[in-house]
Amino acid sequence: MSQPTFDTSEQPQFFLEEDHHIESSTNLGFWLYLMSDCLIFAILFATYAVVGRNYAAGPSPADLFELPLVAVNTAMLLLSSITYGFAMLQMERNAKAETLFWLGITGVFGAIFIGLELYEFINLIHEGAGPTRSAFLSAFFTLVGTHGLHVTFGIIWLITLMVQVSMYGLVEANRRRLMCLSMFWHFLDVVWIGVFSFVYLIGLVG
Amino acid sequence: MFSNPDLLKFIFGRLTLEAIPYHEPILIITFIGVAIGGLALLGAITYFKFWGPLWRDWITSVDHKKIGIMYIILAIIMLLRGFSDALLMRAQQAIAFGDNEGFLPPHHYDQIFTAHGVIMIFFVAMPFVTGFMNFVVPLQIGARDVSFPFLNNFSFWMTTAGAIIIMLSLFIGEFARTGWLAYPPLSGAAYTPGVGVDYYLWGLQVAGVGTTLSGINLIATIVKMRAPGMTFMKMPIFTWTSLCTNILIVATFPILTATLALLTLDRYVGTNFFTNDLGGNPMMYVNLIWIWGHPEVYILVLPAFGIFSEVVATFSGKRLFGYASMVYATCVIMILSYLVWLHHFFTMGSGASVNAFFGITTMIISIPTGAKMFNWLFTMYRGRITYDVPMLWTVGFMVTFVIGGMTGVMLAVPPADFVLHNSLFLIAHFHNVIIGGVLFGLLAGVNYWFPKAFGFKLDAFWGKLSFWFWLIGFYVAFMPLYVLGLMGVTRRLQHIEDPSLQIWFVIAAIGAVLIACGIACFIIQLVVSFIRREELRDATGDPWNGRTLEWSTSSPPPDYNFAFTPVVHDHDSWYDMKNRGYSRPLQGFKPIHMPKNTGTGAILSGLSIALAFGLIWYIWWMVAVSFVAILAVAIGHTFNYKRDFYIPAADVSAEEERRTELLAKQV
Repeated sequence: MSQPTFDTSEQPQFFLEEDHHIESSTNLGFWLYLMSDCLIFAILFATYAVVGRNYAAGPSPADLFELPLVAVNTAMLLLSSITYGFAMLQMERNAKAETLFWLGITGVFGAIFIGLELYEFINLIHEGAGPTRSAFLSAFFTLVGTHGLHVTFGIIWLITLMVQVSMYGLVEANRRRLMCLSMFWHFLDVVWIGVFSFVYLIGLVG
Repeated sequence: MFSNPDLLKFIFGRLTLEAIPYHEPILIITFIGVAIGGLALLGAITYFKFWGPLWRDWITSVDHKKIGIMYIILAIIMLLRGFSDALLMRAQQAIAFGDNEGFLPPHHYDQIFTAHGVIMIFFVAMPFVTGFMNFVVPLQIGARDVSFPFLNNFSFWMTTAGAIIIMLSLFIGEFARTGWLAYPPLSGAAYTPGVGVDYYLWGLQVAGVGTTLSGINLIATIVKMRAPGMTFMKMPIFTWTSLCTNILIVATFPILTATLALLTLDRYVGTNFFTNDLGGNPMMYVNLIWIWGHPEVYILVLPAFGIFSEVVATFSGKRLFGYASMVYATCVIMILSYLVWLHHFFTMGSGASVNAFFGITTMIISIPTGAKMFNWLFTMYRGRITYDVPMLWTVGFMVTFVIGGMTGVMLAVPPADFVLHNSLFLIAHFHNVIIGGVLFGLLAGVNYWFPKAFGFKLDAFWGKLSFWFWLIGFYVAFMPLYVLGLMGVTRRLQHIEDPSLQIWFVIAAIGAVLIACGIACFIIQLVVSFIRREELRDATGDPWNGRTLEWSTSSPPPDYNFAFTPVVHDHDSWYDMKNRGYSRPLQGFKPIHMPKNTGTGAILSGLSIALAFGLIWYIWWMVAVSFVAILAVAIGHTFNYKRDFYIPAADVSAEEERRTELLAKQV
């Protein structure tokens, strides 16, 4: 690196006269949060990979998983991502009522997803295949349950935002929040695709 | 009513009077001390009518400078706790030979070594480092605050909540007796049924929320909020090391969170992740926790490297040698720190090839670290070195850290590690790098940036005394442990049979007393400096002839940091500005947009303590109530849309006018 030459004839600019306009950090910050959350799921997937075949003489995936139920469940979540997309399109058009409508539909799909998951869990526990039965079931319940908890919080957040949009309209702050929830919701969809393939499909195939 | 056991159980969970350790005199005396000290503090706050300002200006503050200072105060308080644990251990090991059982029974001794490790890493080193990053980074990059000021306040209070939960275990119940990483199956429900491990788990989970969020916050700040002209390769080195540290935080703390959550499920729900039966795998925990744990030590040491880089350049009066290589070395260390975790348990038995891989990656880390060492040396070469206190710490670090690094490379050789694993040699090694690297760096940083934070320098005499006590005390305390470790003494022994070893433990205890003198001198230094503050006053804002932007503003900086956003042309931007005839703007001030203070962070933190306490003691109604309250407060907070205000131009003008007068008096 060459020494900087000090030219005193020309006075460089050392400060801004006007305000320094910084672009919002929210998107970056929220992405970073999502990636940190993604790591939590990565650990849960890795744990499932390590102990997922330790059945401890108990039931295995082939004995437990019902693909039709999981397929319906997956469809619910994927559809909810699409309807969230519709809500965002309506938000771009500044249509408050339509935005709220599609957010509501999204919430309903999310709630059905959670309901079906709980139904599956309760059935498993009744069959004696609860999370304490084997390391495989511990890892299964924790991975799927953590995803379910995320969706539950997503629904609480969604309801909060619906109240806020109806109270204050599609103001800048609310648009930003809807954008964050949108990323969160699609992120959970992506994680679910991982769960569906890695836990349910591979579990039934091999 | 109180004879009904079911009702009692409902109200208090598993908390009974037995949980209060009134039969342990050490704890009773400590409790009386803490109670008297606490009451005196509360009384003083009331007497000086300080509650209002404390709430308005500090607890609810979203100002990154105040939050940074509060982090460091938390770290210093917890240092006293963690160090008293160290003194107890050194005293116990110095006397517990042969027939003498010492004064600490195993049950108590095991809690002490666990608490010492947990507190020193999570509640001393972490808040200290985070405090510096909070205080310094926005000033160094010419920003007015961090990206998410409220989140910053919340993160601080969550860290504090974690510290409070750990401290509660001292007087209510017990702490973990498992060592600082709580390996299962020992830490599982079967072998440690009490509340100790639960205190550990919930304390770390609550604090971990704060750490992760503050990592996200600082990355966003460094990436998005730099002053115009400050490209990545013009950022000050401390900001660079902070960036790498925060990337490590965001990329590893979720692993800790998930791993501890799995252990929590094992303990609370009865799952079988880390149990010995039903398919559990305890070594999976050890792997996972070290995938977090090894990057963690770089999370601590990288900012310290950044501090040394700033100090060396400033006190040598020279540009840092090899700026670009310093940046690359930092990034390489950041990446390599992920590829070495298995060297913490070569003895797991993963086979020669796996151990060889991790042994080699570990040794490779010494290359970028060595490059840094040479950069510092070449910066000093032919510099005009002034041995102010920060520089003393830096030179002390360079000597000490090299020794610690070399013993680290010894441990990285798998066959050698089979002999040294879990021995006092290991203890000596990591104290060598954590004290000689992290702690020396933090104390250099305190002496270096204190005038920026408070407007007066720290007293140099007591600072130097503190340094020499620490340095000599460190060698006296830890060199004997290297010797003992080579002789095969293992860590965490409450009682030792062989009397021929006693002399080494006695020497180590003397070293610990010397370090205690170093800490005392540091506290005296703070007090003396406060008393002599008028003599030590620095009106220029630039007492060391600094090189980076934080020295261009006043000391302490105004709430808005910079009246006008600086424009950067070089990585030593303030030095560049001084050299090229920068003159401070005196008029044309505009209103400045700032975030409002909020109490939500402190309230959520208090509720988190209640939630954790309920979970630890199985007080389920408290869990339910505090969980619902946390949700309600968090959601309620989002209904507040008016979170900012403008500092009027007249106020900015008046503030800058005061500084102009101060500066005029200097000449």
